[in-house]
Amino acid sequence: MMEAVLSLLGDYTFQIVALGSALLGVISGALGSFAVLRRQSLLGDGVSHAALPGVAIAFLLTHDKKTEILLLGALLMGFLGAFAILGIVRHSRVKFDSALALVMSVLFGLGLVLLTYSQKMPNAGQAGLKRFIYGQASTLLQRDIFLMMAIGTVLLLVVILFWKEFKLLSFDPEFAAALGFNTGKLDLLLSFLLVLAIITGIQTVGVVLMSAMLTAPAVAARQWSNRLWLMALLAAVFGAASGVAGTLLSSLVPVLPTGPVIVVCVTLIAAFSLLFAPERGVLHRVYRRLKNRAQFQTARESKI
Amino acid sequence: MSPSFEIQLVAVIVSAACALPGTFLVLRKMSMMSDAITHTILLGIVLAFFLTRDLNSPLLIVGAALMGVATVWLTETLTKTHLISEDSAIGIVFPLLFAIAIILISRYAGKAHLDTDSVLLGELAYVSFDRMVVFGVDIGAKAIYTSGALLLVNAVLIAVFYKELKIASFDPMLAAVMGFSPTLIHYGLMTLVSLTAVGAFQAAGSVLVVAFMIGSPVTAYLLTDDLKVMLPLSAGLGALSGVLGYQCAYVLDVSIAGSMAVMTGIIFVLAFFFSPTKGIVRGLLRRRAALTRVHNNKA
Repeated sequence: MMEAVLSLLGDYTFQIVALGSALLGVISGALGSFAVLRRQSLLGDGVSHAALPGVAIAFLLTHDKKTEILLLGALLMGFLGAFAILGIVRHSRVKFDSALALVMSVLFGLGLVLLTYSQKMPNAGQAGLKRFIYGQASTLLQRDIFLMMAIGTVLLLVVILFWKEFKLLSFDPEFAAALGFNTGKLDLLLSFLLVLAIITGIQTVGVVLMSAMLTAPAVAARQWSNRLWLMALLAAVFGAASGVAGTLLSSLVPVLPTGPVIVVCVTLIAAFSLLFAPERGVLHRVYRRLKNRAQFQTARESKI
Repeated sequence: MSPSFEIQLVAVIVSAACALPGTFLVLRKMSMMSDAITHTILLGIVLAFFLTRDLNSPLLIVGAALMGVATVWLTETLTKTHLISEDSAIGIVFPLLFAIAIILISRYAGKAHLDTDSVLLGELAYVSFDRMVVFGVDIGAKAIYTSGALLLVNAVLIAVFYKELKIASFDPMLAAVMGFSPTLIHYGLMTLVSLTAVGAFQAAGSVLVVAFMIGSPVTAYLLTDDLKVMLPLSAGLGALSGVLGYQCAYVLDVSIAGSMAVMTGIIFVLAFFFSPTKGIVRGLLRRRAALTRVHNNKA
């Protein structure tokens, strides 16, 4: 067993895929912390579905299957989708959840229409486009990794640069506005970063599972700390750890798809945290209740 | 019946059947639950398939419906701990169940005719291949009867429990005071949503079922304030996008379900701008009229 793991660690393909999954974990964990705190966890699900027509349009326009170009299309479309959701909520009585469900499913439908359309083209690149629906970590190339590294560095730098502003925006947007911050612009910037993080992730885990990558590490980290920086750091670590663990498992066990295994790993971390985290965890709460009851009992008995 | 007529008929029935329970999801602010359920029923189907080893067993539907209800229960239990918000709970629960389903399929169901493609994307064009044969006579595509039954069940149940559903949706407190449990109604509705999702996803795929369940009711929500109008209106709009979507897909030779979803979106956009009571244009006109009145008064 140990030998298998060791030989795997030296394997080039494994290193690439593991590195990519770990990067995805870091990016989505750190950005997901803000999404979870701002109650926008499902935005990951919405944006990743809405981005599909962007991939197809980029391909139809350029006839190119390079990841950067397809991702650029996805990014524009994802941003447009997020914009449409917010616009519908602002200008009609439709609620956020309905707007999200509507926009993501309609745009996903448009994506399918365009994909089936592009299938008829002579140099049908369909096979390459479908990986954006399911995600295929195993097809990650070295250039994809460099792209992810570049995007990740920019994302994390901007988050660090605007740390105070984003923190304020997440916890008390009214206070931020009262202090004179332009909350509209900050909101836009943070949403843009989120969309960028989501789009970077979809080719690894696919559109459906991206929402778990954004939510689960942040939820897990939230249970261990009340400090935002620690939460974001922990979420990044949890995300990276499940990325590597998922890749390792799926390489050791035959026919185990990488994306879903990563999601199972990250959810297990979240479940463990919800149960066992000190102070907040479910078990700690049960323990505290029992202790209180015992104290109450002794207090009453000593009175009698 | 020609295949193209059969496909349109199924499209109309499926979208109307989806719109009925979807109306209550929209009103109860639970739209994203439809997204969660349409994905997790896959796990129910897979587990039931491992038990029965038969893709046509009715137990598959039971398994799927149970898994849909389990999804709702899990999400609510997580939310009730107050450790995470409801959207985070949905965002964790359904990808997990879906991921488990995909792992099971790719590991153990490789040879069975059960693949993620047909679940996630669906294909309406194939409905006329599967025939309903009674006493040796071909009486049309099977999907017409299964989706027809689905529409009938949805319509009858909603008609019978209309008052209960209405009160439980708009005023759960009042429902509880009046002596019927909002929780029971809630889970009943969720069972109906899961059943509908099972019935519809073969035709449309799980993501586009969301478009049928939420799209038309949201459009109807912009057109009326009356639940009695909203229900048939959603079903009608769903049917309309079914027919228009099919025609478009036929002309352009593209995915039928995708084209139906796009049509749902286009109809929504039209209502969003031009709804006689709640549209953007109407709002602008009203503001303008008010401005002129103020201006005239001043003069």
